[in-house]
Amino acid sequence: MAFESLADKLQSALKKLTGKGRLNEKDVKEAMREVRLALLEADVNFMVVRDLIKKITQRAVGSEIMESLTPGQQVIKIVNEELTALMGGTQSKVVMASKPPTILMLVGLQGSGKTTHAGKLANYFRKQGKNPLLVACDIYRPAAIKQLQVVGDKVDTPVFELGQEDPVHIVRKALEYAKENQHDMVLVDTAGRLHINEELMNELISIKSAVQPHEILLVVDAMTGQDAVNVAQAFNEQLGIDGLILTKLDGDTRGGAALSARAVTGKPVKFVGMGEKLDDLEVFHPDRMASRILGMGDVLTIIEKAQASIDLKKAEEMERKLRTQTFTLDDYLDQLEQIKSMGSMQDILAMIPGMNSSKLGGLKIDEKQIPRTQAIIQSMTPRERLNPSIINASRRKRIAAGSGTRIQDVNQLLKSYEELKRMMKQMTDMSKGKGRRGRMKFPFM
Amino acid sequence: MKDRMEKKGFFAKLRDGLTKTRNNITSRVDELVKYYREIDDDFFEELEETLIMADVGIHTTEEIMNYIRDKVREEKIGDVSRIKDLLKEKIISILEEGSRKPELAGPTVMLVVGVNGVGKTTTIGKLASRFCREGKQVIIAAADTFRAAAGEQLEIWSKRAGASIIRHKEGADPAAVVFDAIQSAKSKKADILLCDTAGRLHNKKNLMNELEKISRIIDREFPEAHKEVLLVVDATTGQNAIAQAAQFRESVGITGIALTKLDGTAKGGVVVAVKSRLNIPIYYIGVGEQEDDLHPFDPEDFASALFDS
Ligand SMILES: Nc1nc2c(ncn2[C@@H]2O[C@H](COP(=O)(O)OP(=O)(O)OP(=O)(O)O)[C@@H](O)[C@H]2O)c(=O)[nH]1
Ligand SMILES: [Mg+2]
Repeated sequence: MAFESLADKLQSALKKLTGKGRLNEKDVKEAMREVRLALLEADVNFMVVRDLIKKITQRAVGSEIMESLTPGQQVIKIVNEELTALMGGTQSKVVMASKPPTILMLVGLQGSGKTTHAGKLANYFRKQGKNPLLVACDIYRPAAIKQLQVVGDKVDTPVFELGQEDPVHIVRKALEYAKENQHDMVLVDTAGRLHINEELMNELISIKSAVQPHEILLVVDAMTGQDAVNVAQAFNEQLGIDGLILTKLDGDTRGGAALSARAVTGKPVKFVGMGEKLDDLEVFHPDRMASRILGMGDVLTIIEKAQASIDLKKAEEMERKLRTQTFTLDDYLDQLEQIKSMGSMQDILAMIPGMNSSKLGGLKIDEKQIPRTQAIIQSMTPRERLNPSIINASRRKRIAAGSGTRIQDVNQLLKSYEELKRMMKQMTDMSKGKGRRGRMKFPFM
Repeated sequence: MKDRMEKKGFFAKLRDGLTKTRNNITSRVDELVKYYREIDDDFFEELEETLIMADVGIHTTEEIMNYIRDKVREEKIGDVSRIKDLLKEKIISILEEGSRKPELAGPTVMLVVGVNGVGKTTTIGKLASRFCREGKQVIIAAADTFRAAAGEQLEIWSKRAGASIIRHKEGADPAAVVFDAIQSAKSKKADILLCDTAGRLHNKKNLMNELEKISRIIDREFPEAHKEVLLVVDATTGQNAIAQAAQFRESVGITGIALTKLDGTAKGGVVVAVKSRLNIPIYYIGVGEQEDDLHPFDPEDFASALFDS
């Protein structure tokens, strides 16, 4: 079944647009039709798709098309970024309890992969030097306990079970056992159940209040369709979950359920299951998941490269200047031009290796200040621009008069320029891992 | 073994299962019908959404919507309440066209396949007890020698049903299990041989090869038996079910589908797409975890259950 890829569709939908400039509403709308279809085809929940499209449209309309990209690629870039953002931060870890044992509880629908993943987690934490205990609370499904025992055996982890006893009793006893036997982690496997089965949902609530697990992880089959939102929402509302485990990702599903479950619960995907073997457990990468859902990893790679090749050149040049302390007022003027033509300095700064946008925090540039700053710099002689330290009181007076500003404005600019230089040096140091974070302020903010 | 849900009558449970499936679409359509007095673009769009939310998928939804749009234009339909009938008609026709029922006269081998955790073993348990109740002699081959405790799980089901079981050790060659089970079925003159297999993702070449080998053993060792290949599909599955069906069909030639877990809130609409695109009929539906929570699939009943309130 050859699905025409989203990339192809977008490319043909936007083929006629070879011009540069900004994305207009009509182009974006056309592209969004294709994006919507692709997301639905990937099983992202309908409502989630609707919200996403709205958000992406708002961002895309009027946005600048990057030098090296086609309009179609520009749209894909935005879609990918929004998807990645929605998917949450990278690699959420399990937080260990300050007072062991750390108790994790796995819950989910029938057949989602809880038992296997209980085993995988035991294996994962053993490798990190922990001493986990598996607890068999699936008292319903035929041979479920036996299954956990076989799995436990394979990963060298003991299994606590009391046959078909009440699960609440089982976990209580298991916790006592864990404390007596120096187990610093307790992994509770529960029976698969429907989120609409009140009796069985109450059972989970009882287990939760009996042992107060540190984390409750909802195990979700990556092949789940539109229903993923109902399931995730019900488990989260009734039980309160702390994270998701996405299973069977070694298949060829696009895995839109990940996005849906994440969107309705706000809880991060903590692990993904990548196979039947007990070491097939991986941490979650939001960016990979985003491109998987879109089904266009190749195009994204091309976009990344195109983007990187032009912006990196600028970034490298700037970084060199910063490092060698040759960032002059002329360079500053240059930057201001670029801010006007390119969108944002944050983007360039973010390209500096080791730098990420989170370090740049709420950096916001006041565009209205730019013309005045430009005028001041333009009123300086080339020598002054290259070496601002020679700008004495009389020179300041001349510059203010020449640019139609006040002396205070010139003073402010020079101060800001020094500050920017210092800050940028600090940032490059920081990106090399030796500085600390400082408050950053741009002169034109 | 504790009884997880109160024992209900067979029909009551079936009705419950279908009602849940049905209410979701029906109530939305009813809502729409109430809300829109005129058939306009917004109305069609919302109707489309209803189908998509039932996992019918974009392609088949478009197929259905085109049909309805054409009908509305041709017959100059101005009455929104007719839409519900049209929807039902179209879905029935997709499900019915060239449909088959499982053939169970004479010795039959039923090979049960599917991805991990969809309900293969449980469905075999349910089928076994159904056939045993009908007075048939049933043998089960425990050809999932891979998953931990799969044999034990199936053994419990076979006891419940009163069927005999052929089991080897964990890790044994599944084809050898099937081979033995065929010899046993022949010598005991069994009516039905049900073969459980390990769950496998359809994109794993070596695992699909293993399945093909099992299928060939059946053809070679038991040519006189009628062969059915049942693909088990979990109703919560989204569009990937289409790829599953296509891939399993290519490997072992699926003859029918068992749609499980319809007792949840998932609507299982993807089988409409599977039927429409691959023409694989649905044989059974699963509506719970007990022995009697399996029902033959009937296109007309199913579509009615989806749309009648
Ligand atoms: N609610 C509900 N649960 C079901 C249904 N059918 C199966 N299950 C449950 O789904 C889970 C998995 O079922 P299994 O029969 O073990 O699935 P399988 O396909 O044999 O699994 P593997 O052999 O591990 O691939 C079990 O907990 C079953 O009780 C159904 O129709 N409704
Ligand atoms: Mg099984």
